[in-house]
Amino acid sequence: MARSDSRHERRVRRAYPAALTLTACLLTALPAGALIAPVPHVEAYDRPNDPGETIVVAWELSPDDRTPPPGDADAVTVLSYRVLRAESPTDTLTEVGSALPGKTLYRDSEVRDNVAYYYQIQTVGTDSSLASSAWAGPVRSSGQWFDTNKAVLLAFMLLFCGAVLVLIHQARAGRELFIRPIPGLSAVDEAIGRATEMGRPILFVPGLGTSGDVATLAAYTMLGRVAHRTAEYQTGVRVPCYDPMVMTIAQDVVKSSYLDAGYPDMYREEDVFFVTQDQFSYVAAVNGLMIRERPATNFYIGKFYAESLILAETGNFAGSIQIAGTDEIVQIPFFVAACDYTLIGEELYAASAYLSREPPLLGTLKGQDWGKAAVMILIILGTVAATLGWRGFIDFFATQ
Amino acid sequence: MKRELPRMITLVTGVFLALQYYVPHRSSAHMYETLMDWLIVVGIFAILLGIAGLVRQHLTKIQSRRENWPYSVALLTGLFGMVILGFWGQGLGSPFVTAYFTLLNPVQATMFAMLAFYIASAAYRAFRARTLLATILLLSAVLVMLGRVPLGELVWPPFSLGSLEIPGIAQISDWLINVPNLAAKRAIYVGLGLGGSATALKVVLGIEAPHLRG
Repeated sequence: MARSDSRHERRVRRAYPAALTLTACLLTALPAGALIAPVPHVEAYDRPNDPGETIVVAWELSPDDRTPPPGDADAVTVLSYRVLRAESPTDTLTEVGSALPGKTLYRDSEVRDNVAYYYQIQTVGTDSSLASSAWAGPVRSSGQWFDTNKAVLLAFMLLFCGAVLVLIHQARAGRELFIRPIPGLSAVDEAIGRATEMGRPILFVPGLGTSGDVATLAAYTMLGRVAHRTAEYQTGVRVPCYDPMVMTIAQDVVKSSYLDAGYPDMYREEDVFFVTQDQFSYVAAVNGLMIRERPATNFYIGKFYAESLILAETGNFAGSIQIAGTDEIVQIPFFVAACDYTLIGEELYAASAYLSREPPLLGTLKGQDWGKAAVMILIILGTVAATLGWRGFIDFFATQ
Repeated sequence: MKRELPRMITLVTGVFLALQYYVPHRSSAHMYETLMDWLIVVGIFAILLGIAGLVRQHLTKIQSRRENWPYSVALLTGLFGMVILGFWGQGLGSPFVTAYFTLLNPVQATMFAMLAFYIASAAYRAFRARTLLATILLLSAVLVMLGRVPLGELVWPPFSLGSLEIPGIAQISDWLINVPNLAAKRAIYVGLGLGGSATALKVVLGIEAPHLRG
């Protein structure tokens, strides 16, 4: 019995390729477009590095996903792909979306985390014929706790923070740290002295940023130093604010600086005031203040947009010494053209360290320099790698 | 305690927000959104504080007839006038919207339009060829400006000198923008990124807290 079975199997095996060939011949003999081919492969997986509730369905194109050959307008091609989903292979399939020909990906964002789903891709032909693929699944979506695409960035952030902390420690230990002269910051004392001599106030414009902008944080530190000096020199400082939250913090900064300088009585709350949250109304108010009160010195530190030049040119006409600094690169040329001193790039963030010379602040400044040196070395290495075609080095830094 | 508590809150919030950037999980995004909602609530109170301060300041100015006090009257009239008009509806054709489009909008447009004149005067000062660097700046600016308009292409199209291909002014303009200009911009961006991170670190660690001095 076993012998006859194995003989039968051998016969079947011999006949199988012949049957396949016959089927293929019959299929090719059929009129073109009678059947649409299904997609050969489908896979479904949880979308990586996402908050959850998304599954990605990917497939290979159907062999019929092509442009009809010239002169064969009746050829059946793919009209669309329907994405079908079920919670078990025995459940009824539901269409959750569709994709155009040539597409191989669909993101299903209407799923629940930790629930198993099964997917099938149904190819729709231009003659309305349908062909279903094999099942893909089960697949479950879930949220991730770490975005692996940002791993390199995290490593650099930690390295940079570590370097800054080490340098702060060294500066505290008494190590001499050299800082290159920054003309815009060296001029601060001169500008405040000029205001004192002329008996006119100083105008400090913290820009249009919100309290969460780093440029506004830099503005607070600069305002603190300026207010400290103005308190010592007994000169007034006027701070018109665009954002009310910036105003409340700026009031605290000026008040604290006056207290620190030993002149708490000099502080007047109305010197740090809210104007408006409308860009050009703010400009009109600040320009009016410049023309009426003729401040001896204007500081523009923070975030600035189209109003930068209007403010700086008005200050220039009013004859004030002007010091500006912003992280809005597009506005820097306007400040360079209209102001006496402009803090370019990271000089904006160097103000507090430069003016106070406190060791922890000098340490952070030195940390920035080390960071820049590291970036420069990486740029050179990247250029060499790109020239020599070392993709690995370049891809290591690629983010999605 | 008055100083230590704000420093502690800054440290915890700062570290959380820095790490939150690397955590895509829904719960992390939810906490971030909650913090942003708190910011909005605090912002609303700050607006009330700001408006109260503004009104108080200008009322004092009017009462004591300080210099330029009529401007304060105009400001308060505008402020409260718009609020009162808002009670008559805010649809198209309502007094509020009419006042917005016929008064505030033209004034804002005028302020913005003045920028053109300011650019002209600033450009005149910046482009005076007094030094070698200023001359290079002037030449670059002329090339870039001419390369951006159809007239430039007409005046200086690409041409050949024997086997040498001379680029047109548009190509030169593009090169100036995409190579030396972009390189300088990227250098500034790198500096700003590192400087911003260092500043954030100073604030989070409490090394730099100008509002807590004194």
